[in-house]
Amino acid sequence: MVIAVYTKEDIFDILSTIPDPEIPVVSIQEMGMLRDVILSEEGCEVIITPTYTGCPAMGMIEEDIKQTLKEKGVADVKVKLVYAPAWTTDWMSSEAKEKMRKYGIAPPVSVACNKLHAFGKNEFVKCPHCNSAQTELISMFGSTACKALYKCEKCKEPFEYFKCH
Amino acid sequence: MKKQEALYDYALRLGDNSLVLGHRLAELCSKGPILEEDLALTNMALDHIGRAQAFLGYAAQVEGKNKTADDLAYKRGERSFYNNLIMELPDKDFASTIARQLIVSAFEFFLYTELMKSKDETIAAISAKAVKEVRYHLAHSSDWTCRLGEGTELSHTKMQRAINDVWMFTEELFEMNEVDKLLIKEGIAVDLDSLKPQWLNHIKEVIEEATLVLPESGYMQTGSRKGIHTEYLGHILSEMQYLQRAYPTAQW
Repeated sequence: MVIAVYTKEDIFDILSTIPDPEIPVVSIQEMGMLRDVILSEEGCEVIITPTYTGCPAMGMIEEDIKQTLKEKGVADVKVKLVYAPAWTTDWMSSEAKEKMRKYGIAPPVSVACNKLHAFGKNEFVKCPHCNSAQTELISMFGSTACKALYKCEKCKEPFEYFKCH
Repeated sequence: MKKQEALYDYALRLGDNSLVLGHRLAELCSKGPILEEDLALTNMALDHIGRAQAFLGYAAQVEGKNKTADDLAYKRGERSFYNNLIMELPDKDFASTIARQLIVSAFEFFLYTELMKSKDETIAAISAKAVKEVRYHLAHSSDWTCRLGEGTELSHTKMQRAINDVWMFTEELFEMNEVDKLLIKEGIAVDLDSLKPQWLNHIKEVIEEATLVLPESGYMQTGSRKGIHTEYLGHILSEMQYLQRAYPTAQW
C-alpha cells in the first residue's frame, strides 16, 4: 500500500499547501482548520473543523484534500468534519495574520472575544492599508460569514476585517 | 418515551428552528433595505442553515434509519416539524424582521450558552459553535432595535408595532413537554424556565434603550411542540421542498 511511505508529518506537510478557498494567501493549516491526520490499515483520515457552521467553503476544502492526496498517491482518503473543540481565531498563526493584512484584510484583534456586546461595541481595528486606527465599522457582516465591513477615516479606503471568533 | 426518542425530538426541534428561520432570512436575499443589510441577513441565514445541517444530521444519526439531514429537511410534512411558531412569521417590513430577530437571537444566545454544558457531546459541540455566531446576531438585532426605536417618528412607530405584534409568540419558546423533562434529568437538555429571566432582562434593556415600551402579555400562541403550526409553515415547505418532491432522487 502506497500509504506506508508517508508518515503523519508528511501528510500534514502535503496538506499545508492547500490554500483557504476564500483567502488564498493563507493555508487551511495556518487558519487552524486542519485538526488531525489518522493513518490506519483502512487508509488516511483527515479531521477538519469549520470556521463557521454554514461555511460554504467546507465542501471545496474536502475536495481539495482528497485531490491533493490522490495526486501524491494516497488512496482511501476520508475527510471528517468535527465541531469540537470549536474553531477560534486564536488558532491562526501570527504569520497567517500578517499575510492576511498584506492581502488587504484586517486580521482578528488579539484573543477571541467571548463577551456579549449587546450594542455592537466596536473592536479596535487598524486599517490594513495605512495602519491608521481611525476606522469605523460599517457592518458586522461582510462578503463572507467570517468578515465584517470597515472603512478607514484616514486613507478613506473601505476594507474587510476578519472577526474575532 | 425512551431516551433515544426524546433525543431525536430534541435535535429535530433545534434543527427545525434553525432551518425554518434560515429559510425566512434567505428569502430576504436581494430584498434588504440597504446593501449592507442584505449581506447581514443572508449571512445570518447561512449560519442558521449550517446549524440546521448539523442538528438534523445528528437527529438522523440518533434515529438510526440511515437518513441524512436532507431527508429530514425535505421529506417531512408540516405536522412533523417542531420549530417554534415565531420562526415561520413572514417579514412584513424591516421592523418586523428586526423584532423577530431580537426575540429569537436573545433566546438562542442564552439557550446555546447553557447547552454548551450539555452531557450530550454532539449537542454541546454544535452549541459551542452556534453561540459564537449568535453573539453577532444578537448584537445586530439589538443595535437595529435601538436605531429604529430612536430614529424618526415613523421608524419608532413601526418598531413598536413590530414588537407588539410578535409578543404573543414569545411564551411558546419556553414551553416544555415530556421530551424536556426526560432530557433535563439526563443533563442533556436545558430547563427553559431558568432561561426566561435572563432573556427578559436583555429584551427589557434593549427596549428601554430604544425608547420603546415592553408589550403587556395577553393571549399567547402555542402549538409547535405538538407539530401544530401557523398557516405560514405549509407555504414555506411547499417552496423549500419543491425540488425534492418533484425529483425525489435529485442530487447536487
